[in-house]
Amino acid sequence: MNHLLNLLIGLAMGLNLVALGTNRLPSLIRVAALQGMVLGIMPLVIEHEWRVLVLVIAAATVVMKGFVIPALLRRATRTANIDRDLDPLIGFVPSLLLGAAGMIGAVVLAGRLPLLPEHRESLLVAGSLASVFTGLLLLIGRAKAISQVCGYLILENGIYLFGLLLIRSTPLLVEGGILLDLTVAVFVTGIIVDRIQRAFDSLDTRKLTVLRE
Amino acid sequence: MKELLLILVPLAAAALAALWPHDRTRPWLLPVAGVAHALLAFGLLLRPPEVPFQPWLGYDPLARAMLPAVSLLFLGCAFYGVPYLRLRAERSNRVFVASFLAALGLMSAAHMARHLGVLWIATEAVTLCSVPLLHFNNTPRAFEATWKYLLVGGTGIALSLLGSFCLGYASLHGGGTGDLTFVALMSQGAALSRPWVLIAWVLLLVGYGTKMGLAPMHTWKPDAYGEAPAIVGAMLAGGVTTVAFTAVLRVRAVVDAAGAGVVASRTLLVMGLFSTLVAALFLLSARDFKRMLAYSSVEHMGILSFGAALGGIGLWAAFFHVWNNSLTKGALFLSAGNIRRAAGGRTIDEVSGMSILTPRSAALFVAGLFAVTACPPFGPFFSELLIVKSAFATAHGWGAVCLLVCLLLAFFGLTRVVFAVVYGRPRQAARAMDPQFRETLAVIVPPVLLLLLSLWLGLATPEVLREAWTAAVTQLSPKP
Repeated sequence: MNHLLNLLIGLAMGLNLVALGTNRLPSLIRVAALQGMVLGIMPLVIEHEWRVLVLVIAAATVVMKGFVIPALLRRATRTANIDRDLDPLIGFVPSLLLGAAGMIGAVVLAGRLPLLPEHRESLLVAGSLASVFTGLLLLIGRAKAISQVCGYLILENGIYLFGLLLIRSTPLLVEGGILLDLTVAVFVTGIIVDRIQRAFDSLDTRKLTVLRE
Repeated sequence: MKELLLILVPLAAAALAALWPHDRTRPWLLPVAGVAHALLAFGLLLRPPEVPFQPWLGYDPLARAMLPAVSLLFLGCAFYGVPYLRLRAERSNRVFVASFLAALGLMSAAHMARHLGVLWIATEAVTLCSVPLLHFNNTPRAFEATWKYLLVGGTGIALSLLGSFCLGYASLHGGGTGDLTFVALMSQGAALSRPWVLIAWVLLLVGYGTKMGLAPMHTWKPDAYGEAPAIVGAMLAGGVTTVAFTAVLRVRAVVDAAGAGVVASRTLLVMGLFSTLVAALFLLSARDFKRMLAYSSVEHMGILSFGAALGGIGLWAAFFHVWNNSLTKGALFLSAGNIRRAAGGRTIDEVSGMSILTPRSAALFVAGLFAVTACPPFGPFFSELLIVKSAFATAHGWGAVCLLVCLLLAFFGLTRVVFAVVYGRPRQAARAMDPQFRETLAVIVPPVLLLLLSLWLGLATPEVLREAWTAAVTQLSPKP
């Protein structure tokens, strides 16, 4: 059981690096979606008995993170007619190197943290920290609004991974509420991205510099 | 049961607003829901519920000490909102009214949340509800502000979710069940795993501190407050910040129970002083009078955090200050909104002589300035005095001195901008003022009432409020 879970987390961590290395927006969206789906099926791997609510949450996560949100973002790229995140604030190679360093740091840090015996063998904490770091890196380092939204999604994925440590103790109602909030958040962001595109005729957030001291 | 109505009534009103067919009459739903909410909140303040609270939600002493202040502020904004939205008749107010009402319901839920997960869900939902409110003006500047709000606020709130999970893991690791209700976490006390509690405290403080606008996580605030309509700015500065402060206090009580209270107090103290300092420095160079209000809000969040760090009387004074902050910020934002519309500009380079063009709003703005900078006899004077006194009493004299210096600098900064706007000769552009933006009673009475309430709170703090604040202090620090 744990092996399968670790395999999935390893896959998610690999996707982090792909996300940092790509300059094409469609593939960034695809990576974020794939990572979301990988995360979505994890509760099924962790839970020994499949309660109905677990199935519902897993299905909802996969549909939302894998299909609905990416479709929304893809529509935004199409209306904005952009394909690449050219000249980002942190270049692709440096961010890839930073991401790899962050991943190693996350594994080391996770080894140092006091964990319960049943979590010592799993990569959950390491994967979570690495994804949070990747997400923050994308948020800071990319120029296009859509790349930043993808960074936000990966950040959320990292937090979701950490939440899986608590899956047996948190009521699923709460998990469902959190999932709903996140979906609406990305939905709202998508709408704002669309409006920014119309108001500024660009999705380059470096042009958003009117408001300053 | 009654306390659930505090959440359900505004949400039902929001649903009704979304379905209401007429733009002209829809804004009246705001005061209707506001009155109902205020009646419920004050009814529960006077007669607190006897039945034990539900594990996840409840009008506990902390909610009782805070929520009525937000309810009063909303009421003021709601009555102001009717004439305001009439001036903005050229665009549909369907989304605006519905979001504004939903935000009230969710703010009630966040105040009453007794479960970390529910608290997070409600706070995040409030954040999302404010998005359509922020870009109501539909200008590129407004979208820029909204984007920054979403990005900074979203990241902050995501980190607070991570912090909530860490606190849950602290419970699991300490042999608990991972129950995320505050009561269960506090009763586990010292058994909570200390490293995880500290990690959780840092993440939660950063997360909810972003929402509160503590420096250095305040960067979204000037943009958002500067571009949002006056009633939205007032609700953000007096309502949403209160939600986040309540969240910080609830988490801090858990950290306290886990035996890391000293660390928590010290971080709150440092962040509080840093926020007032940053706010004071920016206020000294501020030129835009709406952005000025944002920095003033950062300053007051710093004062709250400083008071909360002191505990005991200082915490009591912080509750007092929450009320004062809500009421005075309401008065300031609403009068600034009147001035902004009439002047057609927002910086002291574009606007002056408003005492001639909008004499009543200008007078109100000056009175609000004196209230917010803690001049006697307004409420903030008494609450800040109490915080400073309690700092000296608990051997935080140096902190109190730093705070007073920052407050003085902030006073200079605020008066500089306000007097530049109010006095002098009106500018050419503003003299041809659109007649529909003239001051009417409907846009003057709500801020006047909010200011008078703050005056009353300072001169004669009602006994029931004193008792409510004491009960809230007892709830947060159960040890004598």
